[in-house]
Order: sequence, then structure tokens, then C-alpha cells
Amino acid sequence: MDETKGVSRRDLLKRAGLAGAALTIPVTPASPDQARPATPAAQSAAVKREPIENLTAAEADMLEAICARIIPSDANGPGAREARAAHFIDRGLGGALKESREAYRAGFAAFDRYCRSSRGAAFVDLSTRDQDSVLMDVESGSATGFVGSSGAFFNMVRTHTLQGTFGDPHYGGNANFVGWDLIGYPGLRLNVTTEDQRLGAKLTPTHKSAYDTTMFTKAESHDH
Amino acid sequence: MTTRLKDTDVVVVGLGAAGGVAVLPLAQAGIDVVGLEAGTWLTKKDFAPDELRNNVRDWPMAVQKAQQEVPTHRINARANTTRAGSHPMMNAVGGTTLHYWAQSWRLNPWDFKVVSETTRRYGASRLPKGSTVEDWPFGLDELEPYYDKVEYECGVSGQAGNIKGAIDARGNIFEGPRNRAYPMPPLRSTGFIDLMTSAARGLGWHPFPGPASINSRTYQGRSACMYHGFCNKGGCHVDAKNGPHLTTIPRAQDTGRLKIVTRAHVTSIDTDANGRVTGVTYVTDGQEFVQPAKVVLLASYTYENSRILLLSKSKAFPNGLSNNHGQVGRHYMSHAQGGSVTALFPFNINAWYGLPAQGVAVDNFADDNFDHGAHDYIGGGNLWVMSDRRPISAAGMGTFGRTPSWGSEWKAFVMRNADRTNTSYLQKTTLPYEDNFLDLDPVAKDPLGFAVCRITADYRDNERRVSAMAQEKMTEWYKAAGAIATQSNPIGTMGPTTHAYGGTRMGRNPETNVVNEWGFSHEVPNLGVLGASVMGTSGARNPTLTAQALAWRTAEYLAKNWKNVTV
Repeated sequence: MDETKGVSRRDLLKRAGLAGAALTIPVTPASPDQARPATPAAQSAAVKREPIENLTAAEADMLEAICARIIPSDANGPGAREARAAHFIDRGLGGALKESREAYRAGFAAFDRYCRSSRGAAFVDLSTRDQDSVLMDVESGSATGFVGSSGAFFNMVRTHTLQGTFGDPHYGGNANFVGWDLIGYPGLRLNVTTEDQRLGAKLTPTHKSAYDTTMFTKAESHDH
Repeated sequence: MTTRLKDTDVVVVGLGAAGGVAVLPLAQAGIDVVGLEAGTWLTKKDFAPDELRNNVRDWPMAVQKAQQEVPTHRINARANTTRAGSHPMMNAVGGTTLHYWAQSWRLNPWDFKVVSETTRRYGASRLPKGSTVEDWPFGLDELEPYYDKVEYECGVSGQAGNIKGAIDARGNIFEGPRNRAYPMPPLRSTGFIDLMTSAARGLGWHPFPGPASINSRTYQGRSACMYHGFCNKGGCHVDAKNGPHLTTIPRAQDTGRLKIVTRAHVTSIDTDANGRVTGVTYVTDGQEFVQPAKVVLLASYTYENSRILLLSKSKAFPNGLSNNHGQVGRHYMSHAQGGSVTALFPFNINAWYGLPAQGVAVDNFADDNFDHGAHDYIGGGNLWVMSDRRPISAAGMGTFGRTPSWGSEWKAFVMRNADRTNTSYLQKTTLPYEDNFLDLDPVAKDPLGFAVCRITADYRDNERRVSAMAQEKMTEWYKAAGAIATQSNPIGTMGPTTHAYGGTRMGRNPETNVVNEWGFSHEVPNLGVLGASVMGTSGARNPTLTAQALAWRTAEYLAKNWKNVTV
């Protein structure tokens, strides 16, 4: 339960009439870092949630919430939620990530059981502090009930969350280039000048996908 | 049903870095060549600047033959065998030169004479115990004209450091004499590379831009490099990376003497009762073909070279082709190219663009360029700093123990530091040892049912000591340039690598080498072997240019001695 107010995040969402829809309300701060609400831009960018392509609705909710703790939307701006990292993973599970589908299915099932048995509620209903503590258990491998180490599940989700936040938007993540802007990557430049490579060069983000031109074939990546 | 094809003069197995170069001197000499390639042609349209596709998902490598025959690895004969998820090389016309870093070094003079030079300078007792290292059958001077040939035919950018003995401090003062300058000036520098260069000079070292098979200006009608940042495991979108698919192969085709067969999966090299090779058998789309030839040049990658020989058993060669002395698979080396150092700077270094070949090298601690009298190892490391960064890997950076690996604190760290790290590339002397070898895996098979290659190998004290030294020097260099934190990374294992040497070593002694000083088998006079599998030492630098120079030399020897080889 939420450590400050005694109400769960899901309760807050229910009161706002948003349960089951986009989980975009800035959550109660879990640390001083997060004391300020997410920026208005971050909130509006995340309102839309795409139709689910491969996950179940419950899995998709869980994944959204996990991604949002791995790269939180906070005082420093948007995170994995606004980048649509969960959408990238959901879409990928029907193609390039399909070999991971079973690992996600089994992982989510174990994850949900672990949340309920150790914290008494589903992950999406936990406070952010409890969500983080669950994820720490899962990351360290100390969460029980997983096939193999829970750490492997965490690493898989983290890896794919980073890919979905910082990869080319062509694959359904990095929406509005929020991932690239987050780390200051100035974007694709097919012809980089000497000036562009100077220390202190001021580079305007290009905000382009590799596939915005017809220059390159969109070969389907292999399953990995 | 097997289809027997029309005879040809030479069949080249594999049109990568080595085979793709060898076809030109043959075709120009009027010799008919069939080039069998497991991959296909790819063009610049296939090379999207897409980190997810190229670096994360290994496209287009991952859909290919090599991925179905990934070698297994164990550190010694008693250890467990593991199998990596992917093969680091790709199949295509041009092979891995499509996505390699294109660093195109000549070996240094010492690399050819490790035994005699070590003995002369420090005494024979300084050669590491258990090492099977030999001097090459010739020195750098013999290979110089072929290095030169490939540098000009394919196009290499760089700054000479030694032209006919005249030292030029703008280049590598430790390199052996070359006959003339590179055909193109070096790739340009960057703000960060300039900073590192000054820091090296401040330490009294001799920094210089490294050589690259990439156009620094328009060359042979192809574009100069655009420095867009996706060269690392990506192909070039403007054809500025000079693999044989753009250079020697089309020129060989222009002679009308080269026929290329793509998607050809070679399964054996065939022999007659006299122990001469008669051609090769290959499979395309489930159909088997026999391509008869007067000469076979085996030019697949190091693992496949040994593997195909070991799989090609016959009455004359019951233990595999050219293996009656038990030397196939021996003297194997995975180059010690792990064990990097990562640095954190207190300012953005603007490394979002560039390429792994755009950088600065220090050779002061490589080979025998410094006195080893007080050290307990031989050889050394080349230190390399480059401009190469892409967003997914930047966000995946280590945090130097300063934050967790996720959450708000981590996010703040990555936002601040994504453009503040740099990871060096330290290539070190790697030696062959008695117990490091390749053979056929007794369990793992490819989809056709043939055993895959098994690597049995581990780094020894010499490699580990050289690695520690190189990391120490690299750390010193980063700190001199203002780094506020550094991290030394593990040397890694000797599993499948892009720098794999040996298995068909070149040397005059047939008891310890598979091929002679010209690259032809000691046991099978009309079988030649091309690639780094013939190299007996690694040097402290990338192998490709040396493999290409050797390939050109073997092909030229064949053309000039056609009657002797084919009688």
C-alpha cells in the first residue's frame, strides 16, 4: 500500500476514473528525486495506449507498470511509458522477439504470484515503493516461483525496455523520440560534418527514423 | 541426385575478405574461377542506420549459414562445452567486410619473428611454456608488396610512419618500412580524439591515426565516408567501406573469368586415390552439386576452414584432408581483444557520430616496441580510442557502481553521462599453445547433420599479463585526458571471435604446419588455404589486411606456377 496516504495507486486511479486505461497520473513520490510531478508534456504524450497485439490485457498492464518503474516518468521528464516501450515489446513478441513469448508468459505468471504472495496485491495495485521493492527482489534473483532465476526475467524486461525506449521508432517504441531526447542523442545524420564532431558542438535533434526515407529496405529482423 | 558441373580451373570456397581478393589476380591471369559463396549479394539499400536491427538483432548475419554452425567452446579438455548464441561472422559476397570495423593494419616486423627475436633479445627461456609459436617462414619485407597491392586495389586510408626507413612521427613510428604512402590520407579526427591525442603526447607517447579500409576522400569513383555512426556491425550506405564486393570481385567479373554461385553451402572437398583434390561438393536449396576443379582454394572463415578439412575424409586422408600429420586445427588463437577499459569524463565528449576506425592509436606498448627485460611476458598491446556511440548501447552503459541499473536515480545518471563515456579497444599479442586447438564437436551438428567446429582454448599467463599491462597504460592515458573514473573490463573467453587465427598454420615444416610458405598444403599440392587460419601469430592489431595480403600472394603464386601446381 502507498506509504504516504494509505491508499493504493489503483485506488487513486479508480477515483480519477482511469483504472484500466492509460496509467498516466503522476504517482505519489517514492523518493525525493520524484517529488515533482511529471511534466505536462510527458503526461499528454502518454495518454494513448495502442491496441494490444500479443500480450493478454493483464500482462500488458503489468508490463506497462514494470517499464514505468525501470525508466520512470519523473521530474527529469518522460520515461519508458511515454516512449511506449511496452508497445514495442508487445509488437515484437509477434515477430523479432517471438522466441521470448514463452519467457514472458511464464515470467508474468510467476511475477504476479510473487507480488500477491509477498506483498498481498497485484503489481499494478502496489505503491511505487512496493513496486520498486518487488522489482529489486526480482532483479537480485531472490523472488521465488520463477522458472530459473527471477533475475533472468528482470534482465530480459530491462533489456527490451531499453530497446523500446532508445531504438528506432520504426519498431513501435521511442515514441516522439522521447528516448533519444532523454539521453541527448541528436539523431540520425547521414552526412556528419567536421563541425558536428567538435567538442561542444550544438546539434539540433533531427527526429528521424532510418525508414523516413525510401533509401533503405525494411528487412524483417530475425527472431532472437 | 547429384549434378556434376562443368570443370573449371580454380574453385574458391568463400568470397569474403580473403577469397574475394584472391579471385582478382587469378582472373587477370586468364584462369577460370568459380567462386562459391554461402551468402548473397547485399547492397547499400540493405544497410539502414538502425541499431536495433544491426547491433541488437544481428541482421542480416543472423539468417545465414554461419549461424547454423556456431562453434562450441570449452576452456580445456576436461571442462564443460558451451555454445554461443551467435556466430560473429556473416555470409555474403564480401563476407564480414560488409559490417567489419575496417581497421586495416599491417603486422609489425616483430610479429613475423617472435621466436628468433625473443631468443636474441631475452633468451629462449622467455618463450612461454607450452607455446607452439614459430617464426613465420618469411619476414615483413616479403609481404610488403602484397600489403601495398591490397591497400591500393581496395583503398586504405592512413598515415605512413615509415617510408623506406624514413620515420614520420605523424604515423606509427614502430611500423616496418613501407614502399610508399597510403593511397588516401587518414580519416579525420574529432574533438575528443584531438583531446586524447594531446594527452598521449603529454605522456611522451607517439599517437597516430590508424589505417582503415574506408575512403577518407572519393576513391575509385566511390564516396568518402559520411561518419554517420552506424559502421560498427553495419554496412555502408554510401559504399565507402572497401570490401572485395565493391573492389576486387567486380574487377574480376569484368575479366569474364569469374563465375559466382551464391547460397552455395560447401560440404566437402573431394579427392582422388592419389591424394589430389578434384573439386568440391556443395548444396543449394537441398540440391547437391559437384564442382570439379584443377585447384581448390579454401577461403571460408578460420573455424570453417578447419571444419571442412576435418569433414573431408577419404582413403588417402582418413583423419581429414591434409591432416595426415595431425596439424589441422592446431595452433588456434582467439585474439585477446577483450579486456577493454571504460572511462567516464566530467564533460560531454560528443562521440555520437563517427566509426570504430576513426580514432587514435598508441603502439608504444605493443609487440617488442619496449624493453621486456624487467617483465614476465613477451609481446604487448595496441591501444585504440575511437568515436563510436549509438543510443541503445549508450543508455545501457555501466554506472561505475554509482547508481542501481534502473529507476529514477539511474535515469538521472544516464541522462547526464550518456555522452561522457568512452571504451577503448586493446588488441594484444596472443600466442598458440599445445592445448589450444579446433576439432569437430562430438555432439553438436548443423542442420545437414555435419559436426560443428569445437574450440578448446583458454588464455594463458602471457595473455593475461599483457592484458593487465595494456589496461594499466590505457587507464593512465584516460586519466591524463581528464577522466574522473575508469573501469577495467574482463578479458573474456576464447570462444567464437571475429579474430580467429590458426588451424591451418603456414610454415616450412610439414610436421608442425598444414600449408607451406606459399599457402599450399604440404600434403595436397593442388589445395591452397586462405585467411587468418594460416597465420601463426596474431600481432596486436586486426588481421584482415594481413589475411588479404597473404591471399593475394597465394593467388599470384598459383597464377605464376600454374603448371607446377596442376600437374
